[in-house]
Amino acid sequence: MKALIRITLKNGVLDPQGKAIENALGALGFAGVSDVRQGKLIELDLAAADETAARAEVERMCQSLLANTVIENYSFELVG
Amino acid sequence: MIRASVIVFPGSNCDRDVKVATEAVGAKVNMVWHGESEVPASDFLILPGGFSYGDYLRCGAMAAHSPIMRDVIAKAKTGTPIIGICNGFQVLLETGLLPGALMRNASLLFVCRDVHVRCDSHETYFTGCYRGGEVLRIPIAHHDGNYFADQETLDRLEGENLVAFRYCDADGELTEADNPNGSQRNIAGITNPTGRILGLMPHPERLFEKPLGGTDGRRIFESALVAAIDAAA
Repeated sequence: MKALIRITLKNGVLDPQGKAIENALGALGFAGVSDVRQGKLIELDLAAADETAARAEVERMCQSLLANTVIENYSFELVG
Repeated sequence: MIRASVIVFPGSNCDRDVKVATEAVGAKVNMVWHGESEVPASDFLILPGGFSYGDYLRCGAMAAHSPIMRDVIAKAKTGTPIIGICNGFQVLLETGLLPGALMRNASLLFVCRDVHVRCDSHETYFTGCYRGGEVLRIPIAHHDGNYFADQETLDRLEGENLVAFRYCDADGELTEADNPNGSQRNIAGITNPTGRILGLMPHPERLFEKPLGGTDGRRIFESALVAAIDAAA
């Protein structure tokens, strides 16, 4: 089973890198781009027996290491 | 003899500098590798600057989970004083021993220069030799020093006098122009409620004796030595 984990900055947390991307897109002529936020996608394989166990395990991974919940939100999906 | 331990992670690069600065004030220093499971008996612990684990995932995130940190956290929770400098501050935040997070500098640039900071909490283990409100000139060198915490946490830090250092101008005024990284409320360093855990972005070990160009950082180490001697008396 594969987990796709998406980590993004919380609303209200300034994202200077997103802002720089937004400015660069504008400079390339892409008009009307706003609210650019950048984050991380983490992909991993799990040996968990079932979906419930996998969800609980990924949840613990996000809480303990993958996301810093002071500044980041996370969400994930299980595939395969 | 006062004993300090410097925790060395793969990618630490200020570990030997901070050892020299700590020895200069008269302490004996152990270097403790991150793979060890126990810190030797120490009066205080130091998490040095650098780029532990190559800053993978987030600055300090991997180091916060390295084997030695279990013992460091246990010792910190039972009152062993601990200072985290630059990357060490990032590690302290990732362990949750101090609140908040350090994000990419608002300018997106790596900033390496001397700045002024004001000592706003001088009754802690590591700042006892400074005067309240004293302005220091001290080097910073970081890419991720933009202090962030929610408003409630910031209010609590200020209300309980836990902001140890703030970026300021040469006269101690807090201005936006003198905030090198976008930190909220110009925060450069914070302490815990007991004053025994300090995290700060500036590098006191880089300005602790005259040949380095100044001595404003030296009293961090002197403060710890004085506090350790007092505790042992």
